[in-house]
Amino acid sequence: MSRRARIRAAVAALLWLALGVAPAAPARAQALVADLTNHLIAITTGFTGTEVVLFGAIEGDGDVVVVVRGPETSVEVRRKERTAGIWLNRSDMTFVDVPSFYTIASTRPLDQLARPDVLERNRIGIDHLALEPVDPTPELDVFRRALIRNKQREGLYPTQVGTVTFVGSRLFRTTVSFPANVPTGSYQVSVFLMRNGQVQGAQTTPLLVSQLGLSADIVDFAYRRAAIYGVVAVIVAAVAGWLGSVAFRRV
Amino acid sequence: MQVYLPIAEMSVNGLVVLALGGIVGFLSGLFGVGGGFLMTPLLIFIGIPPAVAVGTQSNQLVGASVSGVIGHWRRGNVDFRMGAVLLAGGVVGSVIGVWLFSVLRRIGQIDLVISLLYVILLGTVGGLMLAESVRAMVRQRRKTAVRRKLHQHIWLHGLPLKMRFHKSRLYISAVVPFAIGLLGGIMVAILGVGGGFFMVPAMIYLLGMPTAIVPGTSLFQIIFTTAVVTILQAITNHTVDAMLALLLLAGGVIGAQFGTRFGTNLRGEQMRALLALMVVTVCIKLAVDLVLTPDDVYSIIVPGMS
Repeated sequence: MSRRARIRAAVAALLWLALGVAPAAPARAQALVADLTNHLIAITTGFTGTEVVLFGAIEGDGDVVVVVRGPETSVEVRRKERTAGIWLNRSDMTFVDVPSFYTIASTRPLDQLARPDVLERNRIGIDHLALEPVDPTPELDVFRRALIRNKQREGLYPTQVGTVTFVGSRLFRTTVSFPANVPTGSYQVSVFLMRNGQVQGAQTTPLLVSQLGLSADIVDFAYRRAAIYGVVAVIVAAVAGWLGSVAFRRV
Repeated sequence: MQVYLPIAEMSVNGLVVLALGGIVGFLSGLFGVGGGFLMTPLLIFIGIPPAVAVGTQSNQLVGASVSGVIGHWRRGNVDFRMGAVLLAGGVVGSVIGVWLFSVLRRIGQIDLVISLLYVILLGTVGGLMLAESVRAMVRQRRKTAVRRKLHQHIWLHGLPLKMRFHKSRLYISAVVPFAIGLLGGIMVAILGVGGGFFMVPAMIYLLGMPTAIVPGTSLFQIIFTTAVVTILQAITNHTVDAMLALLLLAGGVIGAQFGTRFGTNLRGEQMRALLALMVVTVCIKLAVDLVLTPDDVYSIIVPGMS
């Protein structure tokens, strides 16, 4: 074994260890491995957004695309029209299974990686999200673009594709940023290995975004004991008001 | 100083929220209005979801009004008897208001109804007050004022169920303050405000109460209506953000104390003119927003969140 081969084997072993996977299967069988530095985003009182590093390795050459999807919700898109001089919501369209958060990073521009139908099938890219309404109308496209535009304004959808960088020829990494208004819930981080215009391998890793500590306790209280929460909120407010006026009595 | 709001699920600058609370609290102490009609648009402006803004705001108003009432009460400026009659009307009104709200929501366009109601109410109340207070100031300057009667008796005061209100120096029908409280209560439920901007002028012009007694009495009644609304919001919509309410309160309580103090140095018609100006400004802003072409005519909502 040459020195170079030994180093490569050591790096591979370390990577396996880091991933917490037993190296039982031969490394060759796995075309793609990836993991996150952190599987839990804890939202505490001082939360202002965070970053998670995703790293991994591919077997052979190819490109890597990383897609992060937040929990799905339905979203109603409304359109205002001028009626008698006043802007009113006149029409709306409800979309189902809309990812509450979406971001994407790639080693190369998406259109160089695969044909649109391949991207569409794997929901890779903001234009291939498969956003479907409850009752489609001819105006579907306008409403779909409006939905994406509004999500981008909220910072929950990307305005451009991020970069995945190769470290050497096999190792790759990217940084995923989450804004302060990131929705809570279960996320899916999907990594795709693209080669010759096709998806050669894919791996999905879960990521949990959850409130922790005091803010989690408040949410828990507010939902589970709603009536008591309301009464306590009123009492706390009244006491705070009273304390304030006592403190200022001699000013 | 970034603070994460657990119910609103977003991070805000704590100092900005403190300052907002302080400014609105000052106005609240000064005029005896809760400031809800100012606070709701301001909170939405900094990105708080409308439902959470309305729900939390009523919680914050409880504290702000307690603080304000104590200030006025120490100066002997609260008519508790009048407050109780107003409150009785307020309770009935908020029940009617909750019902009206659900009917309006079924028909759709509740947002429009709220905006239009704001414009009409604020425009009417603010315009009338502004005109009256300017006339009073002009009269003062010309020194042509003759000593007026304590207050004018109008036919409303002659209705049955007459009650004596010592503090307000009134002997009038209890039906009138009850009806005012009732209308205020409807507004609390539909608009998510304390209703002071409507009750204060109504108490001055319809009841003929002395201006000095009005803010404290109005705040006294607002404590209870906003407390009921807070609990209802917490139960039905889970939209009361305790963290946000406390931040607003910290600023608001301090602001309200200065407001109450500052108010005692102002003459009645000056105070009324200032309040009227503020009300008219908000009204114009809302009216312009209804008519101006929005940046994006499309908007999104997650059903169930608002």
